[in-house]
Amino acid sequence: MSADVDADVDADVDATGTIGPVRTTYREALREALREALREDERVFLMGEDVGRYGGCFAVSLGLLEEFGPERVRDTPLSESAFVGAGIGAALGGRRPIVEIMTVNFSLLALDQILNNAATLSHMSGGQLAVPLVIRMTTGAGRQLAAQHSHSLEGWYAHIPGLRVVAPATVSDARGMLAPALASPDPVLLFEHAGLYASEGEADGGPVALDGAAVRRAGTDVSIVTYGGMLPTSLAAAERLAAEGTSAEVVDLRSLRPLDEDTVLASVARTHRLVVVDEGWRSGSLAAEVAARVAEQAFYDLDAPPERVCSAEVPVPYAAHLERATLPAVDDVVAAVRRTVG
Amino acid sequence: MTATVETRLALLRAMVRIRRFEERCVELYSTERIRGFMHLCIGEEAVAVGVLGALDAGDAVVSTYREHGHALARGVPMSSVLAEMFGRVTGCSRGRGGSMHLFDAGRRFYGGNAIVGGGLPVAVGLALADALAGRPAVTACLFGDGAVAEGEFHECLNLAALWRLPVVFCCENNRYAMGTALEREHAQTDLALRAAAYGMPAWAVDGMDVQAVAAAAERAVTAVRAGGGPCFLELRTYRFRAHSMYDPDRYRDRAEVTRWKEQDPVDRWRDLLLADGDLDEAGWTRLVAEVDEEIDQAVTLAEAAPVEPVEDLTRFVYAEQSGVSS
Ligand SMILES: Cc1ncc(C[n+]2csc(CCOP(=O)(O)OP(=O)(O)O)c2C)c(N)n1
Ligand SMILES: [Mg+2]
Repeated sequence: MSADVDADVDADVDATGTIGPVRTTYREALREALREALREDERVFLMGEDVGRYGGCFAVSLGLLEEFGPERVRDTPLSESAFVGAGIGAALGGRRPIVEIMTVNFSLLALDQILNNAATLSHMSGGQLAVPLVIRMTTGAGRQLAAQHSHSLEGWYAHIPGLRVVAPATVSDARGMLAPALASPDPVLLFEHAGLYASEGEADGGPVALDGAAVRRAGTDVSIVTYGGMLPTSLAAAERLAAEGTSAEVVDLRSLRPLDEDTVLASVARTHRLVVVDEGWRSGSLAAEVAARVAEQAFYDLDAPPERVCSAEVPVPYAAHLERATLPAVDDVVAAVRRTVG
Repeated sequence: MTATVETRLALLRAMVRIRRFEERCVELYSTERIRGFMHLCIGEEAVAVGVLGALDAGDAVVSTYREHGHALARGVPMSSVLAEMFGRVTGCSRGRGGSMHLFDAGRRFYGGNAIVGGGLPVAVGLALADALAGRPAVTACLFGDGAVAEGEFHECLNLAALWRLPVVFCCENNRYAMGTALEREHAQTDLALRAAAYGMPAWAVDGMDVQAVAAAAERAVTAVRAGGGPCFLELRTYRFRAHSMYDPDRYRDRAEVTRWKEQDPVDRWRDLLLADGDLDEAGWTRLVAEVDEEIDQAVTLAEAAPVEPVEDLTRFVYAEQSGVSS
């Protein structure tokens, strides 16, 4: 498994001098990846609620209906279980569907199809069937949308063998993860954090392997392991810590299943301290999984107990001050790091 | 149905309260007093007023995220609805729910559900509890045309009909599920026909005519209360505004919106009352002024209200009497 440091990616002009990184947004990078997939493979189609006429509930697919037509950019009724299941069937039948579920909260209506069909068919059929399906959905809080629109349930999905789960946190990953996801013979769930859509960055257009974590900032005193919407928070914390003389390494998991243990363990071997930052709830969380693996495999590397910074264990409330108190903040990460290095 | 002048005026006032309230909410949203998702029922007031008006205090209501009108028509105080949208502890859900999650247990108003179709099973269960307890209550379950495509709709209509439960299923058919028009969402767009297939009385009503809605709701509630099992009403209406404050409304023809606005339920009813002599211009002006006064007071109260202390964040994750701490 690979780890790459792209904190300092430079303009990466290829031999012909034609391709270089483009400055764009996370949303546009996702759209560009969809456009490329639709253009390059006849078998690919996009379906979901309001992906066409409305332009996508987060405007990711805006314009694609006009470009590719209603056969390939398909608006569905409000029937999550039916259209996710239909995506599974279409994948079995040789298509390469990309199913969009508006948010992870609504994916629960399709959980049966995702778990009992998509995740099991390959193994249960003794390897006869494969489900090359990509399911994209939005996750995360921060916009005062209250308890039925704000949760981070990707950790639940990462619990399920048979699924691959990825969470692009950067513009480059937003651009580069779809093609490998489509090429994968297994069902891939791609989580887009609502708070990242407007973020800007550079995308070089290259594919991003689905199973490698990335070191986003090198450091020596502590490893902050995070993913998705918590990457900016973790990087901001690292910046603040640097000012007070603590060098934090920030590892972006990128893939939540499988987990790139090697990158995490190598980082902890360098820093001897671990802080996991996860927007999900703490109990039974992805953060728990990371901490447990480090405890199992790198116990003697650790100079301090691992720390976890997670959301408060409450349904996310509407009021701004309560929502803020619920979510992991830069201050919380900084405090956790101070406890481990203190 | 021959309504008294007082009843007819009450229907008008109830609709004007909802209309003026939501128009003020738009202003308050633009100044960021209200945040998050906000879905307005402007254009659909006759449904809220007609359906909710047919219920007794002991009846139950299950609604959606487009529920300001339902809550107000149910008698949830305007000040507590607005305080909720301001995120204040005096709000009907302590500021935790916001626009989409208004609750008032005392009035048997069971929310404010933001998962499309998510309220239907709960309505079936509330009706089951009433039936088991021998209470003569009905449950009014409100949902949109989009919800008819969800599996839960079909499971719930079957279950309620099978067990002859006292539910009035009220489908607010405003012709759109976000940006998806009825014809692009349903193979059979006659929604009452589909409900009838589950073995219950089902019919469509002009949802822009408050009197027609009130009469239909009255008939349905009476039949359901008498123990005949569930009923289904398809209330044909239209939302004049975008789906939510985030919606750029790219998917509808302006002319279509304009055409439907000619059916404005508030204007229609007011003009009828004016024509019938139940109301004069001065009475109309007074009515609007009184409603605006109530809204002003609700805004003042919400502005002044405190927010919930952050220390209380984890309260009520579990029932307080259970003694479990999260
Ligand atoms: C299960 C689920 N899927 C998707 C959504 C996103 N969503 C919210 S409202 C809506 C449209 C619902 O349309 P309809 O039932 O007709 O009600 P209306 O908004 O027109 O009142 C959609 C797609 C959701 N809240 N829940
Ligand atoms: Mg609708």
